[in-house]
Amino acid sequence: MENNILVEVKNLKKYFPVKSGILSRKKNYLKAVDGLNLKIYKGETIGLVGESGCGKSTTGRLILRLLEPTEGKIFFDGKEITDLDKNKLKSMRKDFQMVFQDPYACLNPRLSIKSIIEEPLKTHKYRPSERKKTVKDLLEKVGIPKSYMDRYPHEFSGGQRQRIGIARALALNPKFIVADEPVAALDVSIQAQILNLMSDLQDEYNLTYLFIAHDLSVVQYISDRIGVMYLGSLVELSESQELFDYTIHPYTRALLSAIPIPDPEIEKRQINLEGEIPSPINPPDGCRFHTRCPYAEEICREKRPEFREVKKEHYVACHLAEKFINKQNTEIR
Amino acid sequence: MKEVVLEVKNLKTHFRTRKGIVKAVDGVSFKVHKGETFALVGESGCGKSVTCMTIMGLIGRKKNEVVEGDIFFKGRNITNISKEERRKLRGKNMSIIFQDPMTSLNPVYTVGTQIAEMPIIHEGKSQSKAKEIAVNMLKKVGIPSPDKRVDEYPHQFSGGMRQRGVIGMSLACNPELLIADEPTTALDVTIQAQILELLRKLKEDTESAIIMITHDLGVVAEVSDSVGVMYAGTLVEKALVKELFKKPLHPYTKGLLKSIPKPGSKERLTIIEGQPPDLHNAPKGCKFYPRCSYAMDKCREEMPKLIEIENGHKAACWLNEVNKNGK
Repeated sequence: MENNILVEVKNLKKYFPVKSGILSRKKNYLKAVDGLNLKIYKGETIGLVGESGCGKSTTGRLILRLLEPTEGKIFFDGKEITDLDKNKLKSMRKDFQMVFQDPYACLNPRLSIKSIIEEPLKTHKYRPSERKKTVKDLLEKVGIPKSYMDRYPHEFSGGQRQRIGIARALALNPKFIVADEPVAALDVSIQAQILNLMSDLQDEYNLTYLFIAHDLSVVQYISDRIGVMYLGSLVELSESQELFDYTIHPYTRALLSAIPIPDPEIEKRQINLEGEIPSPINPPDGCRFHTRCPYAEEICREKRPEFREVKKEHYVACHLAEKFINKQNTEIR
Repeated sequence: MKEVVLEVKNLKTHFRTRKGIVKAVDGVSFKVHKGETFALVGESGCGKSVTCMTIMGLIGRKKNEVVEGDIFFKGRNITNISKEERRKLRGKNMSIIFQDPMTSLNPVYTVGTQIAEMPIIHEGKSQSKAKEIAVNMLKKVGIPSPDKRVDEYPHQFSGGMRQRGVIGMSLACNPELLIADEPTTALDVTIQAQILELLRKLKEDTESAIIMITHDLGVVAEVSDSVGVMYAGTLVEKALVKELFKKPLHPYTKGLLKSIPKPGSKERLTIIEGQPPDLHNAPKGCKFYPRCSYAMDKCREEMPKLIEIENGHKAACWLNEVNKNGK
């Protein structure tokens, strides 16, 4: 199993400085990611879910080194990439690419889609004839007619643009793709098209995905394993069916029960969380979730729980995990 | 059956643009009863928001906007009433909650002032009485320590709280009709659950009729009593919520239901090929036929009408007619 690890992240932290006034000397920090450990295996899709501001996008960007981590280590295919210099990183980047959320903002409006998809190939010095062939192949793969090659992004719909974004990410034949909310901006019927396309491409190119989304039903559809984030760290991580059937962390339970289920016949018991996510500038002591947790005890207020394996391949950060272990979910279904 | 609060008959909203006429809403009819939540679902650009903006009288005054058809509010035709009369209705008898709580509040007034505006304008309440109402509204929508919060500005509220504030504002005069235009789309799931719960409770308390616009079939299943499915400016199906999910009759609805991932299932998603038509030159005949796997010659020629198929379940599809006659 250990040889199969593609990406490993150890105690990853990212603090953004926050200005709090001209005269104040004390700098405040927004703790976007605060001690995250994660292993991603070859060929799997790992989903990251959480509410806005929980640090899931920052995590994705940190792993690709689009942001510099404050602390922690990142390994890609056995090599540490945390301190790689620009040139080495550039050649490594062939292997990890990103698909962005907003298909309207991530494509340069002044370039034809051919140039957009070709750009990574140019950067990595592919020959022109090779480039042209690759672009044609890619367009076909993502379901856009080759004849549209010279058109510009505004001539395409949201779903088509997302396909172009995916083609661009695939251009260098990467091993690992971070998809940051790739379907959040799309309509349901288009969303399904993109999800199916992504899983087909995964089979064909043997890709590994880190799939970031806030929509749990989408994430569970595409992912093999799911990690749930709350205020900058993982609170639960397990195989996706297991996560749905034997949820352990109280936050995950609440999150799952909050998804509206498209079936009016289902009477579900909903756990309504009180209040909202505390500010990551001043996160609560102890367990980050204790302020909203219906089961919080003394220890939760004092000590931050460790992220530990409580069951085979099921990790949880909760002091009271043993209380909820192996309890089948009754709230959903 | 309860009193009909709103009736829309063959509503058409067209926009004249440089590229030609855009038929954003093209012949929509429905009724909403007292205490009923009617959901309008559809993908972006299908005309669900334009329908509601037209009902509210927010569209139709400009030169390039053409509104046809009739809107009856409690039996009175309000399609062509004057601006002043519209104003008297809006905020008092009918109100709207917009999608984005960040932009629907004025940043330079306190939340309390904005809520108090309604009772002051419509009911001639004094400043102090109106503020009292504002505090009560904030309490009703579940904002902690409302007597302090009433004097705060929108930027001091979080997203979920702003949306609660907006809901409080829209309910300040106990309207008979509340239109909620994607009220939870900008919010996180746990906050969405809180807001939906709130809307459900308010409906029970006040017996208002609610039109809920959404693209999320999960939300539809949770809050609504009946549903209208819109596609390219027309209603393609209308039914009680349980009927619609149990036995969808229109191919578009069927496709839509199959294309959403269900919690706990990894079955491959069935997709609707293609994309919604450009409303500048929508296809003649049924607007869905280019994407429909059952399309027949007739679908290309003539637009099907929304007709009753079985006890109150309506669909606009030639296929149902064929099935019916075939029996």
